[in-house]
Amino acid sequence: MSASSAFNDEKGGSSSVGEPEYGHDPASGGIFSSDYKRHDDLKEMLDSNKDSLKLEAMKRIVAMIARGKNASDLFPAVVKNVACKNIEVKKLVYVYLVRYAEEQQDLALLSISTFQRGLKDPNQLIRASALRVLSSIRVTIIVPIMMLAIKEAASDMSPYVRKTAAHAIPKLYSLDPEQKDQLIEVIEKLLADKTTLVAGSVVMAFEEVCPERIDLIHKNYRKLCNLLIDVEEWGQVVIINMLTRYARTQFLNPNINESLLEEGGGGEKTFYGSDEDEDEDEEEKEKKAEVAAMAKRKPYVMDPDHRLLLRNTKPLLQSRNAAVVMAVAQLYFHLAPKAEVGVIAKALVRLLRSHSEVQYVVLQNVATMTIKRRGMFEPYLKSFYIRSTDPTQIKVLKLEVLTNLANETNISTILREFQTYIKSMDKDFVAATIQAIGRCATNIGEVRDTCLNGLVQLLSNRDELVVAESVVVIKKLLQMQPEKHSDIIKHMAKLTDNIQVPMARASILWLIGEYCEHVPKIAPDVLRKMAKSFTNEEDIVKLQIINLAAKLYLTNSKQTKLLTQYVLNLAKYDQNYDIRDRARFIRQLIVPTEKSGALSKYAKKLFLALKPAPVLESPFKDRDHFQLGSLSHLLNAKAGGYQELPDWPEAAPDPSVRNVEVKESVPEWTKCSSREKRKEKKVEKPFYSDSEGESGPTESADSESDSASGSESGSGSEESGSGSESEESEEGSESEEEEEEEEEKDKKKKKKELKKPVPETESEQSSEEEDRKIKRKSKQRKSDSESESDEDEESESESSQSESEDSESEIEVKKKKKTAEMKPPSKPVKKETKKEKKEMSLLDLDDFEPAPSPQVTPVNTFLSNSLVTDLEGLSLSDSVLSPATIAPSSVLKNYELLHRITGEGLSVEYCFSRQPFSPDANMVAVQMQFTNSATSDTKNLHMEDVKLQSGMRVKEFPEIELLSAGETAMAVMGIDFCDSTQAANFQLCTHTRKFFVSIQPPVGELMRPIFLTENEFKKEQEKLLQNLGQLMGMNEITEKLTLDAKCRNEHAIVQRVTTAANLSRVPCGSDKECSPPVPPPDHPVYRFAGRTVTSSSLVLVTVATKEEGAAQLTVNCEKMVIGTMLVKDILLALTQ
Amino acid sequence: MIHSLFLVNASGDIFLEKHWKSVVSRSVCDYFFEAQERATEPENVPPVIPTPHHYLISVLRHRIYFVAVIQSEVPPLFVIEFLHRVVDTFQDYFGVCTEAAIKDNVVVVYELLEEMLDNGFPLATESNILKELIKPPTILRTMVNTITGSTNVGEQLPTGQLSVVPWRRTGVKYTNNEAYFDVVEEIDAIIDKSGSTITAEIQGVIDACVKLTGMPDLTLSFMNPRLLDDVSFHPCVRFKRWEAERILSFIPPDGNFRLLSYHVSSQNLVAIPVYVKHNITFREGSSQGRFDLTLGPKQTMGKAVESVLVSSQLPRGVLNANLNPSQGTYTFDPVTKLLSWDVGKINPQKLPSLKGTMSLQAGASKPDENPTINIQFKIQQMAISGLKVNRLDMYGEKYKPFKGIKYMTKAGKSVLQRMHIVNCK
Repeated sequence: MSASSAFNDEKGGSSSVGEPEYGHDPASGGIFSSDYKRHDDLKEMLDSNKDSLKLEAMKRIVAMIARGKNASDLFPAVVKNVACKNIEVKKLVYVYLVRYAEEQQDLALLSISTFQRGLKDPNQLIRASALRVLSSIRVTIIVPIMMLAIKEAASDMSPYVRKTAAHAIPKLYSLDPEQKDQLIEVIEKLLADKTTLVAGSVVMAFEEVCPERIDLIHKNYRKLCNLLIDVEEWGQVVIINMLTRYARTQFLNPNINESLLEEGGGGEKTFYGSDEDEDEDEEEKEKKAEVAAMAKRKPYVMDPDHRLLLRNTKPLLQSRNAAVVMAVAQLYFHLAPKAEVGVIAKALVRLLRSHSEVQYVVLQNVATMTIKRRGMFEPYLKSFYIRSTDPTQIKVLKLEVLTNLANETNISTILREFQTYIKSMDKDFVAATIQAIGRCATNIGEVRDTCLNGLVQLLSNRDELVVAESVVVIKKLLQMQPEKHSDIIKHMAKLTDNIQVPMARASILWLIGEYCEHVPKIAPDVLRKMAKSFTNEEDIVKLQIINLAAKLYLTNSKQTKLLTQYVLNLAKYDQNYDIRDRARFIRQLIVPTEKSGALSKYAKKLFLALKPAPVLESPFKDRDHFQLGSLSHLLNAKAGGYQELPDWPEAAPDPSVRNVEVKESVPEWTKCSSREKRKEKKVEKPFYSDSEGESGPTESADSESDSASGSESGSGSEESGSGSESEESEEGSESEEEEEEEEEKDKKKKKKELKKPVPETESEQSSEEEDRKIKRKSKQRKSDSESESDEDEESESESSQSESEDSESEIEVKKKKKTAEMKPPSKPVKKETKKEKKEMSLLDLDDFEPAPSPQVTPVNTFLSNSLVTDLEGLSLSDSVLSPATIAPSSVLKNYELLHRITGEGLSVEYCFSRQPFSPDANMVAVQMQFTNSATSDTKNLHMEDVKLQSGMRVKEFPEIELLSAGETAMAVMGIDFCDSTQAANFQLCTHTRKFFVSIQPPVGELMRPIFLTENEFKKEQEKLLQNLGQLMGMNEITEKLTLDAKCRNEHAIVQRVTTAANLSRVPCGSDKECSPPVPPPDHPVYRFAGRTVTSSSLVLVTVATKEEGAAQLTVNCEKMVIGTMLVKDILLALTQ
Repeated sequence: MIHSLFLVNASGDIFLEKHWKSVVSRSVCDYFFEAQERATEPENVPPVIPTPHHYLISVLRHRIYFVAVIQSEVPPLFVIEFLHRVVDTFQDYFGVCTEAAIKDNVVVVYELLEEMLDNGFPLATESNILKELIKPPTILRTMVNTITGSTNVGEQLPTGQLSVVPWRRTGVKYTNNEAYFDVVEEIDAIIDKSGSTITAEIQGVIDACVKLTGMPDLTLSFMNPRLLDDVSFHPCVRFKRWEAERILSFIPPDGNFRLLSYHVSSQNLVAIPVYVKHNITFREGSSQGRFDLTLGPKQTMGKAVESVLVSSQLPRGVLNANLNPSQGTYTFDPVTKLLSWDVGKINPQKLPSLKGTMSLQAGASKPDENPTINIQFKIQQMAISGLKVNRLDMYGEKYKPFKGIKYMTKAGKSVLQRMHIVNCK
């Protein structure tokens, strides 16, 4: 490099003599000859004390560098000024240093200490610029210093410095590839950075240093996808290209089932085509289609991460930066399902109005795309029409695209357009047009004759180039069906008199030779003429004359024998050895002599074999094995450093490698291992859902957390939550303790809160039960948060939660741990209170009713506030008292209705709240939580277009008028599932979008608990069994099972059963008094009872335990299907 | 990514070079010069030229080639787009981007290039950030600098570099708060010889000049946003808002910027506001030909068509033209055969025409090419697509800004009418 630069300097110097000088002031004037002198005065200026002189000197030096002149002898004088106070001088010194340090390594070291000092500067700008220059100095000795500086900067507070560190990585790598391993560590660290400023730069470093380490991307994949839109445009290009490669290794080919889907999937294509503007719907539809197809065969299901990438890149098609648009376009081309690729066409066509260089690159890529996906660009056909003002290279590319787009329907328009092109003054372009016509003619049989006629007319064109090109193309076309076109061949034979272009002459001769049987009279005459002019012809024509002679000799030796001899003799003495060789070879072959071997017998076969017609192919065919938009694709050759676009994998690699957070859709607290990481990602959604899972099944608890305006407060923040609900602002400020004391107020409040989501549910005359229920609820909630937060002063913990996210998350983590450890014992403990029993009796009034009324209260946990502390102790001691009723526990399972990604920021979860649905007792209450994590508001959330199985009914939730960004809202809807597990399908509509969603109930939610005594239970059971003989069919199902090791004590069993199904425990005599902390030795029997919601059929469940964890599960139910499914569910719950 | 940059002028001299990594000899440009020689027209030099060790990616603007040297795989558009951005920046800084301007400001150019790329990867391309780093040269500042020795390099880290709105600096202050928007639409069309439109499309931009104090948050809405078929935004525009409500919501950069480019659906019929009637005939046996051209306005909603310029590349056989314009002036270059007629404003009462004779080379055959006429025009106070801005609102700041919106329609690069030359026997 240094040698070449020396050469360059010389050249620059010498060539500059003739150049005009730039500046005209005497100081910067003067020419090369006086360089030495001038350099002296520059040195003087640099040594002076005046900044203005230094600046002047540096400016002149930089001007020299810019012109490519050598200024290296000034190095010592310049480097002294590296610590200059004047910022512009300093910057110019940096420019100089970076340019010449490589040549003067020893002297460059003098400056290092300045930069090292700069790295410690409190000003981030100075730190960054010090690192930038330090890493730009290509001096091998300082590699360790650079490494250290990069490492340090990578954990700098300022993202700008971290960005600079990312930039420095490839610099160091190119200087010393040995450092790769250490650099990868830094890259890994920076990849985890969550600022948009760093993302682009670090991916760039990744691509230069370790593009093969695709595994580093896994954990950052989703973050990169989500950040993408905010990254600066250059970074976007790099990230998109990298992600394209990544996706190719991690996801399945979305077009793999293309053919299958087209025939079986209900015409996927048509519905894609019909609503292209609503592609989000498409996804939903797609999902639905997939679900539908699921039963039949294993369909292709797009990985949500794959979908995430496609969705998050799509808006970037609107970027002003052509490179970004192209990057997205290639991503879609390589990764999207066929039906979705079309969206890129419009954006690419837009780029055609940009600078001609942009057009050039885009057209190359469009040309490749049109071969695979012609339909995509067909609507834009006219955008590729050629303008006389286009540069030739653009014209030729447009022609290519037009040719690729031609089909039966549009060929006439295209040909008409081509006709005008032929009259263009740009002859290269005309030639290209003629070739394009030829290709259209070969590809589309219908117009072959028309094209041929047109081309024949061109043979009389005055321009020889046009004629020649036409001849060549006609030759190719004629090969396809020669017998029909002897006229044309005759016409062309006449042309030999006029056409001088060798290629054209050669083509005509070849044609006549090949089809001499069709023109038996003319062919010998042409040969005669050619023999006459043989010596004056070009080599290529001579060869064809020999060919023609040979063929005629074989077919018509009578007339042409002598002529052939003559031609061969002429060729024998030709100057060109190829021609001499050819002549010798042909003579041996066709003229039979005694010496000639066996080959001459086959001469006819050799010469007159049927030749396949040439295929006129696009030069862009198969270019798409290069990643589109890449340099390699443009050049159709692998460029240095090109990363091959991998083929789709056969089977998708484990998608869970990308999990950095707990999947939102499975909000089980047991899974919350990587809590901190999740926090970092600022995902609000999963936080909610998780805390919900812990905080209890009550509606109000949920509605509170939602109204807490996205402050991620968990179960505890009910105060602030309700506070934000305008009416009750006074109450909002109350602490929870106050609330406890003032239960009345509380009740009222709760009532109101309940009203909000379900206005119709609670009328004014809402009964006492209603109030009671609410009271219970609030208590229960209380108890939950208490026991979980593990704090004596709950208010304290709550306030800390709402105050800062960090501390909150810590607590959250603590909580998680605690609950994970203590949950099983703590739950039942809550229930064993004396107060509870009192309330129980109240409850019983309802529950004893044979037919449950709409008011049937779910059996929740009842707990007096005063017992909170007792409970703490109890839960720790793990002593289990037998509760009269076991509540379904607080672990209500949340199901995902709409993922935040699919919903473009809107996510919806639902759970079966196990509350009675007051407007209609036969309905199951489904409580939905809407979270808007998008940046814009969502309006008019409502449901539409409910599709149900016959008999099913739905009570829609009231429309939510506004859901501001970051907020959550709650609503309850009722569904009458008709005691079946059929899904209820409907559309969730916002003011802009519609999402197809469906709710499918687990069988356990189709029932409500009833209270039975043991005796009643047995009676009912018998009744059911007696029905066996009647038409009721089989209604007892018994399964043997082995209980899970963790599930052998009473409360675990009870809890698991009640979680799986909404049943209530039947108190039994043996358990009634007190049970020891360990599972009782006498194999207790647990009974549970409930009724299905719609038909009020009894559901009786018996779990009889035996030795060694063995047990027998019996389910009695009139509804066989429900019974069977329930057995399965409970079995699963008990054995896992 | 980008190794080096060479600036080459029309005569093939390298007048500036800049290296971001190790120095690449300027002899690498020889490959470029070869391609330049091969190309018949300056714009026909291939934008990407492979050489044994490097790749040259070039753009041609203002008759200067910007040749970037690349060593390994990089998306070519990335480089091309960047080079154009460099040119735009120069134009922004110096008013023009000519060889002379670059040579005069070589130090500023160098400083800019240094900031725009780090190790070949774009660092700061946003003009607002650059202007904070390196102040654009003005006569006043140059004078002050020479006297006081102060610099035109900013001393602070550009705030935009770190903020969430990198395109806007903080602490902007104006006494007159103004926001101007220019809606400029360009028509590109191909018209066949009989005057019917083959293809026509409208490409529009909204250029803004916003001088507002503080951090204003603007929303701009249209009366008829459905007209816009395809749009591309300045990064400041919130895409989601546009998707949902068809409203442009943005925190504007300070100063001039292009807010939006759009394309009006070609489904809507585009009426070309000008028509051309032509009649060119050559008679057998005569070296003279008749030339007759008439212009007229068409559907301009009462607005005047101004700055009309008609140009045409006549067939090579034409030796000279002797024409008589009813208004304006015409020139014919016998070497390039370029005829151009500066018409000026079209008066609907008296249509401008250009009549006369053309002479062919003696004995030359009659031309059989069909030339095209390129028409340029401007219409003030009208957006031909009918796009109308509904209102502009400002949030986030208390003062009342002055708002202005201007419409203009003009011919794009090519409003082309194909001509037909009649050769009579």
